[in-house]
Amino acid sequence: MRRGVALLASAFLATTLSAGVIAKTLKVAYDADPVSLDLHEQLSGGTLQLSHMVADPLVRWTQELKFEGRLAERWERIDDRTIRFYLRKGVKFHSGNEFTALDVKWTFNRLRTSPDFKAIFAPFESAKVVDRYTVDLVTNKPYPLLLNVATYIFPLDSKFYTGFDGNGKSKDALVKHGNSYASRHISATGPFVVAQREQGVKVEFKRFDGYWDKKSPGNVSEVVLTPIKEDATRVSALLAGDVDFINPVPPTDYNRLEKSDKIDMISLEGTWIVTLQLNQKRVEAFKNPKVRLAIDYAVNNAGIAKKLMKGMGTPAAQLSPKGYMGHSDDIKLRYDLKKAKQLMKEAGYEKGLKVTMMAPNNRYVNDARIAQAVANMLAKINIKVDLKTMPKAQYWPEFDKRAADIMMIGWHSDTEDSANFIEFLAMCPNSETGYGQYNSGNYCNPEVDKLVVKSSEETDLAKRQAILQKAENILYNEAAFVPLHWQDPAWAARKNIQLAPVVNVMNFPYLGDLVVK
Amino acid sequence: MFIISLIGFTIKDSLGDPVREMVGESVSEEEREALRESLGLNDPFMVQYGRFLKGAVQGDLGQSYFYKKPVTDVIIAKLPATLELVFGATLIIVFFSVPLGVYCAIKPRSWLTKCIMGASIVGISVPVFLTGIFLMFIFGVILNYLPVFGRGELISMWGPWETGLFTLDGLAHLILPSITLSSLMLPLFIRLIRSEMTEVLHSEYIKFAWAKGLDKYRIWFRLALKNTMLPVITVGGVQIGTMVAYTILTETVFQWPGMGFMFLEAINRSDTPLIIGYLVVVGLIFVITNTLVDLIYGFIDPTIKVAGGK
Repeated sequence: MRRGVALLASAFLATTLSAGVIAKTLKVAYDADPVSLDLHEQLSGGTLQLSHMVADPLVRWTQELKFEGRLAERWERIDDRTIRFYLRKGVKFHSGNEFTALDVKWTFNRLRTSPDFKAIFAPFESAKVVDRYTVDLVTNKPYPLLLNVATYIFPLDSKFYTGFDGNGKSKDALVKHGNSYASRHISATGPFVVAQREQGVKVEFKRFDGYWDKKSPGNVSEVVLTPIKEDATRVSALLAGDVDFINPVPPTDYNRLEKSDKIDMISLEGTWIVTLQLNQKRVEAFKNPKVRLAIDYAVNNAGIAKKLMKGMGTPAAQLSPKGYMGHSDDIKLRYDLKKAKQLMKEAGYEKGLKVTMMAPNNRYVNDARIAQAVANMLAKINIKVDLKTMPKAQYWPEFDKRAADIMMIGWHSDTEDSANFIEFLAMCPNSETGYGQYNSGNYCNPEVDKLVVKSSEETDLAKRQAILQKAENILYNEAAFVPLHWQDPAWAARKNIQLAPVVNVMNFPYLGDLVVK
Repeated sequence: MFIISLIGFTIKDSLGDPVREMVGESVSEEEREALRESLGLNDPFMVQYGRFLKGAVQGDLGQSYFYKKPVTDVIIAKLPATLELVFGATLIIVFFSVPLGVYCAIKPRSWLTKCIMGASIVGISVPVFLTGIFLMFIFGVILNYLPVFGRGELISMWGPWETGLFTLDGLAHLILPSITLSSLMLPLFIRLIRSEMTEVLHSEYIKFAWAKGLDKYRIWFRLALKNTMLPVITVGGVQIGTMVAYTILTETVFQWPGMGFMFLEAINRSDTPLIIGYLVVVGLIFVITNTLVDLIYGFIDPTIKVAGGK
């Protein structure tokens, strides 16, 4: 079991603990461990959490969703399709190789071949090496989100992945399933190296002695990440002191943890939207905006956020959370039963409807209970809901088939940008362009489509903001779907862990900068 | 085994789409389709099953999607953890059920008997899941005596076999899960032993032994207990097999890295080769334990030997 360890990493361990720094071990429990050490294999929260531990991106997000240079010291836009990145000098990979512009180019090209990442990099034309420490990223058309995407470029050690492994396979092979060199070995520039890894049981990290960021306040010399699947067990482990911090925090334990004098609770306003989609192809009535509006008025999102989510959700009336470009302050929460009933009457559905609904029961926080609550709320306007909930493994195939009249879908924007939400959830479904891939409601408004397409070429930020806000307002006025809330990420940590400065709403804590007292 | 694997294969498509678990949510349908094709998931049922059988006769149950290793390797690596857990629970059951069961049979009217019987009802009716969380809360969180998850410190035996039985830390980790796992079977066995023993105590030869003036301990433990144990062993053998199934819940609660937890995770991730592999292996365990029980039975019960001799 313990063979699957980066061999190189262990060679460097001996020199890892520098004298003078007090060794601090941090024990972390998440609900899952990373699926692979290949940072390009799967685009998921787990992979990004790992990426920020073992690697550094060109630029990264701050807590306020601004950009902060990491391996890129600074950058400038040299024309409307190009941004030039000036790279940090003297940065060493875990293998000892030196980091240069060639590694950025190599990483960029590999990302473009990854089935998971290629879509994010689709607007890009190339990465051009200018000199040893300068690289240009060029897009096909003017692209406003170039820097957002640069947060996904964690330069990897191209020399380390050159050559062939014991099985005669290329070391840089990107394999989705099966045993590849890159899925078990990694060399990047991050604060930690993987010392030991047992899939599904634990991952041990040691601080990288040659880490470039000497200014980082982080004093953690060792991290042990254990996946603990069961919510109650994860909380117990924290309370018992077996682990130092946990994520996610189950809402049912929120109050209990908050009262504990040994534990700090940290949460941020979320960006992960949870919505319900009303399928217009399956139900004639859903074509009528009045019916959709009535449903929106009947659903008490504030109540769900407060009662079911225990305050760990921010009630939503639009897709874009605060801080995102398309977020519009004019959009207010809707909840008014009388109005809902009246709208149903106007639409001619006073006697009500019978619809089916499906929701996963292990994908979003409290997903199945939320679905039940909504079903009860809709009963008040005479919409009888036949609800079915199932584990996500079974839910996704059903979702792909659009198997129910109302389906639950949550979304997080990979680019931390409003357009991404609308592209996937609310644009006209189109199998050629891939737009509307998760629009099970089949809502389709060409005007919204036009606005979003336009926004992705508009580099004037003020204009772009206006365009996206307009799109959000149309979706709101037509009640294209039923927004519920943004899930707030939350962490619970023991008091001596100063977690608050290093967490962010994307939920990849910068553990390299973590201070433990 | 053949039938189990066939059933496993038939239901595998309704267990969800493994490709979905391998890629991020924003990945396009074409990319997923290409991946599905490369995994051979689009082939007709008989082709896929034929491929599986061909591998299976050579001891190859396929590759786990999640662990990226052969299914047999994954299961062999997880098996020791589960067996140790079952072993721990079995020890608890044997050491507690026999004395308690016998006591209840000998002193049916004692207040202690009433307590034991009452507690055993509670034990049977509380789900394993709750027992686990309850124990964890008391001993882990409030008293802070025992660790609440994982296996702790392990030492390597031979090959993939790693054990926690010989380290203090490993043993401490084993206590709560073992108690939890035994919580369902222990009351069952106490009740079983009590009722069997009561029946035996009323039988003619025991009455005769009393009349003969034999020592009471000799009657209870030499004469009566031996006959009591016959049916208990039969049931016990079957129950050990069942216990492997109960490990699924216990292992999940305690994040015990054994086969049961692995199976539940495999279902959550639609790791179909691993699911089918698990079913086949568990089927094998059932067959082996039942065979062993039949053999042991022959040694203990003389009447079976006589019947066999004819």
